[in-house]
Amino acid sequence: MPTVRYMVSCMIRLEGVTKRYADGTVAVDNLSFEAPEGKITVLVGPSGCGKTTSLRMINRMIEPTEGKIFVDGKDASSLKPAELRRSIGYVIQHAGLFPHRTVLSNVQTVPNLLKWDKKRAKDRAMEVLELVGLGGDFAKRYPGQLSGGQQQRVGVARALAGDPTVMLMDEPFSAIDPVVREVLQDEFLSLQERLGTTIVMVTHDIDEAIKLGHRIAVLREGGTLAQFSSPDDLLAHPNDDFVAGFVGRDRGYRALSFQRAEVPIYPAQPVELGDRPLPDEEWSIVVDANRHPIGWVERDAVEGPISQSDLQLGGTLAEEHGSLRGFLDAALSSPSGRGVVVNEGRLVGTLRPQEVLQIIRKAPRPSGDTIAGDSE
Amino acid sequence: MRLWGVDLGELIELTLDHIYLAGVPLIVGLLLAIPLGWLAVQRKWLYGPLLAATGLMYTIPSLALFIILPGILGTQILDPLNVLVAMTVYTIALLTRTVADALQSVPDHVKQAATAMGYSPLRRLFAVDLPLGVPVIAAGMRVAAVSNVSIVSVAALVGVSQLGILFTAGFNRNAMGPILIGVVACLILATLFDAIILSVSKALTPWQTSRSGS
Ligand SMILES: Nc1ncnc2c1ncn2[C@@H]1O[C@H](COP(=O)(O)OP(=O)(O)OP(=O)(O)O)[C@@H](O)[C@H]1O
Ligand SMILES: [Mg+2]
Repeated sequence: MPTVRYMVSCMIRLEGVTKRYADGTVAVDNLSFEAPEGKITVLVGPSGCGKTTSLRMINRMIEPTEGKIFVDGKDASSLKPAELRRSIGYVIQHAGLFPHRTVLSNVQTVPNLLKWDKKRAKDRAMEVLELVGLGGDFAKRYPGQLSGGQQQRVGVARALAGDPTVMLMDEPFSAIDPVVREVLQDEFLSLQERLGTTIVMVTHDIDEAIKLGHRIAVLREGGTLAQFSSPDDLLAHPNDDFVAGFVGRDRGYRALSFQRAEVPIYPAQPVELGDRPLPDEEWSIVVDANRHPIGWVERDAVEGPISQSDLQLGGTLAEEHGSLRGFLDAALSSPSGRGVVVNEGRLVGTLRPQEVLQIIRKAPRPSGDTIAGDSE
Repeated sequence: MRLWGVDLGELIELTLDHIYLAGVPLIVGLLLAIPLGWLAVQRKWLYGPLLAATGLMYTIPSLALFIILPGILGTQILDPLNVLVAMTVYTIALLTRTVADALQSVPDHVKQAATAMGYSPLRRLFAVDLPLGVPVIAAGMRVAAVSNVSIVSVAALVGVSQLGILFTAGFNRNAMGPILIGVVACLILATLFDAIILSVSKALTPWQTSRSGS
């Protein structure tokens, strides 16, 4: 399914862009940044700092007062607005679906405007709906019959349907409860990776920015750029007090997401439901038939074979080649005091919190050791 | 056959004339009010003047209009075209504001989404704004329909055939029968128009019923 993309530098560049509204409000002030091809660039900042305005200048829903914007190397002001917009996917805040059209028809909007033939438009719409997890029956519903989270997915599907190389997204995951939001974000990340779409996204949630962004532009009140860097750099080296304050208190912990290091992993002998706990260990790890960890049992708390109700749950699992944050979290959240390490869901071994902390203490500061966002 | 001094064949004919004279201007007036209402919303500076001007048209006395129009259109005084044009003027007077209200009732984020998808303003009007404005437009149409059914009867004074003829006939013959029948027929007609507009509006807005149904 991935579409072939030509190796042109398809990206967005803002050069000294200023927007002064008719009433004199300066919403965006001399803003410059580049959104690299195939990456997610996030605009983040407090309410009213000009995020939406910046985003809408890219597809010319708002005309800049000064400065230039280039899309795919072309000066946006030289392109026909309606045509430019059809080539760019746009996800509007709170989905903004057309209430009078079915989900399918909403998603077909851009293909129809691009005059694709009927069958191709419909097939494509069904395909992207499937992609966002709304296959089958949903196509026939009206937006009023969907939950908020489902509407947001349709909003994303609608933006994807025209097969754009560039997408603009205005707070696509706001107004969704945290659990569903987390799921949507994860799905969105893997989708973006698969499709390689260049994305500029707006959020006021710094956690979301750090999770999703390869590049983050922090804006401050008055629409000026406070910092433009990769997420790890933002956490490790905030430019000033404003950025540091905006990034938040637990940025040290969050920065661990971008650090990788070898941590000693101890082999563990697992047991299965129906077995008895290991006699020599205070805690035994229980796996299912596929070696997927399903919980811990405490030797002294169990009599006879292990049953489902003996399991102690609650620990997160660390990926074998994951970040220090994952290791630390697994170690701290485990009922047994030992973190569980997995590879593709299968048990690899366990790790000890003290050793993880020791490694964190010795680890280089994050700037030297980047994962997300590669060098330009 | 006669009922209260009214020939039934004549009653049916008068009723059909009445439907024609009140109904056709309703459609034509709406078709003309759409561009006017859209213009008022598109060009902010036009909004006030345009709505004031169309609103004022409603205050022209109908009898005066029936008498003046032949001079403007070059028609005979008995020509039904005068009545059709006059009723169209009243319909425009009522529906221009209705259309403007309907277009403004469309939520901003929906309009912005449409623009962001790449609709040109005119395409957006037909694809998004008007379909979503149907409930508001239908409400205005119901008012205009009742108004038309009632105003058309005045045309009896200039001799154009429709139910109003029953009023002048009753008055001339000093008979209540034709007047009562005329009033009842007008009421039934107004109700009929109302029912038609409601069901068309329902048919055009399937998403509204299904929303409450879920
Ligand atoms: N049409 C307009 N006319 C005048 N001022 C405007 C207009 N639109 C936005 N503004 C102002 O410009 C500034 C930036 O607005 P913008 O919508 O870009 O902010 P934002 O960062 O997206 O905020 P939020 O997080 O609340 O969505 C605000 O001060 C806003 O009041
Ligand atoms: Mg905004």
